[in-house]
Amino acid sequence: MSLRAPLGRVLGLGSARDGTDHWWGQRVSGVALVLLGLWFAGSLHGLGPLEHGAVTMFIGMPLNTVLLSLLCLTVAWHSWLGVQVVIEDYVHAQGLKIASLVLSRFVHVFVAVLSIYAILRIGLGA
Amino acid sequence: MSNTERPLSPHLSIYRWPVTMTLSILHRATGVAMAVGLLVLAAWLVSAAAGEAEYERFRAVMAAPVGQILLIGWSFAFFYHLCNGIRHLFWDAGKGFEKHQANASAWFVIIVSLVATAAFWMVQL
Repeated sequence: MSLRAPLGRVLGLGSARDGTDHWWGQRVSGVALVLLGLWFAGSLHGLGPLEHGAVTMFIGMPLNTVLLSLLCLTVAWHSWLGVQVVIEDYVHAQGLKIASLVLSRFVHVFVAVLSIYAILRIGLGA
Repeated sequence: MSNTERPLSPHLSIYRWPVTMTLSILHRATGVAMAVGLLVLAAWLVSAAAGEAEYERFRAVMAAPVGQILLIGWSFAFFYHLCNGIRHLFWDAGKGFEKHQANASAWFVIIVSLVATAAFWMVQL
């Protein structure tokens, strides 16, 4: 006899009704990154030796501040989805798998917020 | 032990390695490499926001041979993952699944990503 209700034992084992969200998220962020990535690569190339003045002036231009923030947000999302699949494929021990997934999510969110904070600091001239 | 009467699937040592397998593995490898690269991208932005002295320290690290090799590697990873990602999007749309198409698009992705990487580092506009 257990204190767990029959419902509690089956919750989480069946359809979550969002089975295609991961797949779609990977594709939609991928399409966005084709555009943002090409823009970023082209911009970096145009900035040449990447000197501090030129880089901060570039990041500080309003459209670039927005696009670069979007890039960091989208790439963190895309990377998180991708790394999740890699962890699920190769880490089989249940505890280690959950811990890795949580750690990956923490790191990705942290990196996204850190990057956007730095971009906004430059953009807002703090 | 094993029953030798049963048919065996092609043994890996006699199985000709198709180029598409290399691309599949590289897609994942470059993705993981760029996930690590996100930390460096964040460090670049943070150092730029921190001021010129901090930024120059970051730039000195990346200007060292190891830094340059990493940057060239990440630029190839970027162009490769971008091109092969587009190849995957065509597959998602149900196009290009024939063997000769998959092989042709595989070589196309390899060549374009190598040319793009070389152009990124060598061509000055």
